[in-house]
Amino acid sequence: MADLRSTFAGIESPNPFWLASAPPTDKEYNVVRAFEAGWGGVVWKTLGEAGPPIVNVNGPRYAALYSQDRRLIGFNNIELITDRPLEVNLEEIRRVKRDWPDRALVVSIMVPCQEEAWKAILPMVEDTGCDGVELNFGCPHGMSERGMGSAVGQVPEYIEMVTRWCKHYTRLPVIVKLTPNVADIKPPALAAHRGGADAVSLINTINSVMGVDLDSLLIVPSTGGQGSHGGYCGPAVKPIAQNMVAEIARAPSMAGLPISGIGGITTWKDAAEFIALGCGNVQICTAAMTYGFKIAQDLCDGLSEYLDAKGMANIDALRGRAVPSIVDWNQLNLNHVEKARIEQSLCIQCGRCHIVCEDTSHQAISATLNGKRHFEVMDDECVGCNLCVSVCPVPDCITMHALPAGAVDPRTGQVVSGEYANWTTHPNNPARV
Amino acid sequence: MPKPDIQAGRLTDAQYADNFGDAHPPLTRAQALIEAERCYYCHDAPCIQACPTGIDIPSFIRRIGEDNPRGAARAILEANVFGGMCARVCPTEVLCEQACVRNTHEDKPVEIGLLQRHATDHYFSKPGAPMFQRAASTGRRIAVVGAGPAGLSCAHRAALLGHDVTVFDARPKPGGLNEYGLATYKTVDGFAQKEIDWLLSIGGIELQCGQALGEQLLLDDLTQRFNAVFIGVGLAGVNALGLADESANGVQNAVDFIAALRQVADYSALPVGRRVVVLGGGMTAVDAAVQSRKLGADVVTIVYRRDQAQMPASTYEREWAQLNGVTIRTWSVLKSLEVADSAVVGATFATVRETDGRLLETGETSTTSVDTVFKAIGQTLVLADPTLATLRLRAGRIEVDAEGRTSLPGVWAGGDCTFGGQDLTVEAVEHGKIAAHSIDRALATSPRAASFNRVRRTAA
Repeated sequence: MADLRSTFAGIESPNPFWLASAPPTDKEYNVVRAFEAGWGGVVWKTLGEAGPPIVNVNGPRYAALYSQDRRLIGFNNIELITDRPLEVNLEEIRRVKRDWPDRALVVSIMVPCQEEAWKAILPMVEDTGCDGVELNFGCPHGMSERGMGSAVGQVPEYIEMVTRWCKHYTRLPVIVKLTPNVADIKPPALAAHRGGADAVSLINTINSVMGVDLDSLLIVPSTGGQGSHGGYCGPAVKPIAQNMVAEIARAPSMAGLPISGIGGITTWKDAAEFIALGCGNVQICTAAMTYGFKIAQDLCDGLSEYLDAKGMANIDALRGRAVPSIVDWNQLNLNHVEKARIEQSLCIQCGRCHIVCEDTSHQAISATLNGKRHFEVMDDECVGCNLCVSVCPVPDCITMHALPAGAVDPRTGQVVSGEYANWTTHPNNPARV
Repeated sequence: MPKPDIQAGRLTDAQYADNFGDAHPPLTRAQALIEAERCYYCHDAPCIQACPTGIDIPSFIRRIGEDNPRGAARAILEANVFGGMCARVCPTEVLCEQACVRNTHEDKPVEIGLLQRHATDHYFSKPGAPMFQRAASTGRRIAVVGAGPAGLSCAHRAALLGHDVTVFDARPKPGGLNEYGLATYKTVDGFAQKEIDWLLSIGGIELQCGQALGEQLLLDDLTQRFNAVFIGVGLAGVNALGLADESANGVQNAVDFIAALRQVADYSALPVGRRVVVLGGGMTAVDAAVQSRKLGADVVTIVYRRDQAQMPASTYEREWAQLNGVTIRTWSVLKSLEVADSAVVGATFATVRETDGRLLETGETSTTSVDTVFKAIGQTLVLADPTLATLRLRAGRIEVDAEGRTSLPGVWAGGDCTFGGQDLTVEAVEHGKIAAHSIDRALATSPRAASFNRVRRTAA
């Protein structure tokens, strides 16, 4: 079996699967259950300042987006940071770390953007014996109205400043958790890097309104008739998270900055993709809140089987392997030509490839042959867009095939050159080099 | 031979209730949503082509999934006004569900029939505002003879198109086979009449029961009194065995037994034999055999002259019979009946085999004790009306063209009384619909929309 042990920002854990800072890590009872189930680490739900704890709503805090068969594919929350007293949390953290020394225990913190506030809390957190801190610059709801969470994460100067304070007031590794509610993830990540962050973690949740109840015409979920935007997560946000992770992973200015991948990770495959995009470990919340903690075993088993099958001894052998394949659009080879091909022995004759191509794309799939129902790609019309592959209900029935060098593209009548050529040198580009 | 043992009240009240309740319970909402999700919403869907009435199946299923059950019912009822009954009785396994593309890799089609029932049940439980609005009155009058699926389908469509329709039926109640010819457990809680009440609510349809063609009604008279006539009288005659003892007590028509079951209020009042033989291989045979078992008969045997695959009853129906304890005896024909004290007590069967397409007796016979023999070996068109008898017939039924026109101008026909098809309810509905549009075109006082271009399928 592959070695799943992980060292992330200097923090060791028996596997790369951490529970993200969220309701599943709010107290000792849950965290102990998670460790018993096999989770490699947790990021304790965000602590706030000493004093009266924050207050949560007591109506619905969550809402879900479902697939048609009621699989949860998107999830929204309006819960704030921990609503338990600081001293209770610190005492439990201390006890859990003592009882589970081999697991990673990182503490998430969110206090006002004042040096005194961070100076006050960091020694108390460090004193628990925990392995690191994660700065919550991400939560988009509630706390952001009070100048915390994503309100900080959207201003790179604040990120850098607070990160610097934290590096000054604690010896613990500092992980900066980033908000996706920005136009470009690189400036905030770079700010964390400049501030001395040991790692970044992303993404936090995305601003969201889950829906409208069509009977009452109220926002969903509503607290007695009113609702507020929440933070969106779950399988549906994975592509957004992966883009942001990749943006950081391939930025030369942040080379070597450890990334903890978060965002819709549900299966070992999702985790492996994040690792291949450069993540040192991953954090999970919605999947645990959907299925319970037992999935840790399936995640570990699947990732281990995959690494074995690929001849990779450990996670580092996978980390970042997909990053070189991600480039700007202007680097794509415009001489590369693909055509869709329908495997007739697998085709169930649903005709969806035909109708979407006919109605919305390039009229490149025929519907009949000799008067009979039959679907076939017409290479002289196919631009290789992959729409038919995307809508086909049968796996591997429609596949894309590259034309070899020397072949003639029946659509353009041009010979495939086999030479790499991108937009930067294309004759149609007025700014070509 | 043992004495005949035909008696009522063999079972407890609870057993009757269980046996004659809904044989195939409807989907729950949760089940319907999950099943609806399986539909791929095919382009030019094969299931639509396979449906004799051309229901837009992907649309109605999508509407179920989108929480629009009334819209789902609309998609069904626009194409098939008997979509509720067809959801219960269609042999979907050889129609829409056989065409489902899910069969290719899964061998498990979308449960189209059950989803159709889900949508129509939801609608009929609370129809609300009228779904169909009649066109402006044309002032033309149409006579429909027979208030079965063909006749009422024709009447509904003709009324929709603005004509005034009078429907005549020989029986006390409308519905034809829907009311008198289906196994009770297929359509419980008076659904057949409820559906017809709704169908007639469109307006413009006058119903006259107790009016039999050739008795109270004459086709000649109808053609003079009305602008057009549609004949949907079904097959009211029953084929005889041609045996001397056919009139013995205990020998009866399966269709009469089935009709009696549908009309009885108390199943414990219905007598049933202990040893029942059903002659025939179609749906009528299965319905009579299974219901005999459900009334408490000990031994029920369907006797068919060829092998099971050649029985007109579908595989699903044969398995349903066997699941209910009915034995299917194949390659056998009835040779003679044994009668004692005017009642049948035994039956002798000859084994046959097929040689060059002909059935020949092998010489082997066997005799079994029976007290009930149901005849289900086919029905015939009754030609009591002198004008009806002059119409061009084919294989004993009325010959019509692709629009349902008979050889007599002004007279259309559809359903089981016409030649062509498999005698399915859903085909009869389509026949009525097509004929209504044909009549509409023939009577048109103004140009008719060309949007309806369906024709009867050529004879199988």
